Amino acid sequence: MKSQTDGIAPPVSQHYKVPFSLRRFARANSAQLGILGVFLALWLIFIISAPETFLSPQIYYAIMSTIPFFAIMAIPLTIVVIAGEIDLSFPSIMAMGMVAFYFTYNSTGLIGNATIQVFLAIIAALLTGTIIGWINGFIIVKFGIPSLVVTLGTQFFWRGAVLVLLSGGNFTLEFITKTPFYPLLVGKIGGYFPMQMVWLIVVTILGWVFLNRHRFGAHIYLIGDNVKSAELMGVNTGRTRIQAFMLIGLVSAFAGVIASFYVAYFWPSLGDGYLLSTLASVFLGGTSVFGGVGTILGTFLGAFIIGSIEAATVAIGLTGFWTQLIYGLIIVLSVIMHTYLRKRAE
Amino acid sequence: MEEYRLELKNVSKSFGEVQALENINFQLGRNEVVGLLGDNGAGKSTLIKIMTGYYQPTIGEIYFNGQKVDHLTVPKARELGVETVYQERALAELQTLWRNIFMGRELCNSWGFLDVQRMRDETYRLMTESMGFTSHAVSPDSRVGMYSGGEKQGVAIVRALFFDAEIIILDEPTMGLSLKETAKLVSFVNEIKKAGKSAIFIDHNILHVYNVADRVVVIDRGKVAGEFLPKNIGLSDLMKKMVHVAETGSLE
Repeated sequence: MKSQTDGIAPPVSQHYKVPFSLRRFARANSAQLGILGVFLALWLIFIISAPETFLSPQIYYAIMSTIPFFAIMAIPLTIVVIAGEIDLSFPSIMAMGMVAFYFTYNSTGLIGNATIQVFLAIIAALLTGTIIGWINGFIIVKFGIPSLVVTLGTQFFWRGAVLVLLSGGNFTLEFITKTPFYPLLVGKIGGYFPMQMVWLIVVTILGWVFLNRHRFGAHIYLIGDNVKSAELMGVNTGRTRIQAFMLIGLVSAFAGVIASFYVAYFWPSLGDGYLLSTLASVFLGGTSVFGGVGTILGTFLGAFIIGSIEAATVAIGLTGFWTQLIYGLIIVLSVIMHTYLRKRAE
Repeated sequence: MEEYRLELKNVSKSFGEVQALENINFQLGRNEVVGLLGDNGAGKSTLIKIMTGYYQPTIGEIYFNGQKVDHLTVPKARELGVETVYQERALAELQTLWRNIFMGRELCNSWGFLDVQRMRDETYRLMTESMGFTSHAVSPDSRVGMYSGGEKQGVAIVRALFFDAEIIILDEPTMGLSLKETAKLVSFVNEIKKAGKSAIFIDHNILHVYNVADRVVVIDRGKVAGEFLPKNIGLSDLMKKMVHVAETGSLE
């Protein structure tokens, strides 16, 4: 064994490159190719069973305008799950962000300019989401309590806070439709392509970059894989996990803003319907519930499968009751699959 | 007075009611290989985890090159040139080889963005030049979990050497290795010595420690039971002494 003790050597002139092999590519990306296969197969089934619906562009515009509300949160949730944690409190964070929005808008009436007021209110919402995420992370890391338990608790706590602060009331957001934030966040490009889809793509790309090309993401994978090893090798496992929870807090508050802007109305139950579909997108996308494994692209495709299942069950003629059953089945099956794959890898 | 590379003064460590280490005084000289011997549960692993910053001592002081270091953490210890090959290897088995080599020390720019190509290139170079991996199953992008025990240990060792280590700590490095791999490891420790670095070699196999160490420190029940120089003692005498330590807790 030759020792290499001169520290970091100058960059090697010859880059490490492997000749492209289809088999190696397939094996390295089996999870993503698998989910892509499921995606295409389901699409084919939908087209065959309801051709009038799935061959017209309207259904795709409809899917693209509703999916981003939960898909956008599935991206940071993927990062949290890869780190071996879970967050169940994001639906309540969506609503709490909007409470901060409401109070900020109402208390800045003196400014008299709706655009500036809405801008400040959006900042307040995002800040609130980030702080709630930090609180989640802080409790999980500093007290060493499983995130499942902590976020189950904070989910109820923040939902309760929403109801207490607004006395259970709902309110209209009519005023936002006259500000430039309305077309910027939930407008339609050329009258068709929904802006929330653009924001989903932006968040997906940023999520991919942070997970795959940044130290933060590298540490997320290491923590989810083996937290003891990561700690022994000097990874700040506590800070990284808290940052992951702050990220999902921030993005959930943003999702709350766009979901409320879309209907220009606030319901205190905002986010309640998104828990299952967001979780199902992450697990269907090939992210392991045991941590250390997962991809952003998988979650992105997973979200579209989840979103189209809802559209398809109705189009095929089944009742909406079926969607919940199918989501639950997807979560259970993907967890079983990962347990099996993990055992085989050992 | 000679300055030590690393010195522990009156270090104690307790976990709740359990006293793992008691009043340890330990020195590691420049260009010295110190062997740490002790039975299972004697406190060897706790001692090295204090040196690497993983545990904080309950009381006691740590000096690097004569300078006192407060609140030693893992990143701080690595900055001071301490690299460790842990008994549990400290690998992330679902991740690729290059991610394991650069674990906790990713090459990145000031914004924290990774230089993935450079890490892959360096991994490939280390793999072929230092680890002697020739198997087709091993590449910078292959998952470490699929490797053999010897290959995994090779990853842990090469990782310790890639960075500018001044002190290399080897915690039970021969565990699970074949005879050939063990011989390679022993020659590797000799090379650390030749390169002018210091090392701490922990093993419960007396033979391995006897062959490579300049000085051997014996630990028993959380205390330093004594130390000796291998050149002054025969192997059979040493065996007798170790049994004596296990029975009485002292070397004499």
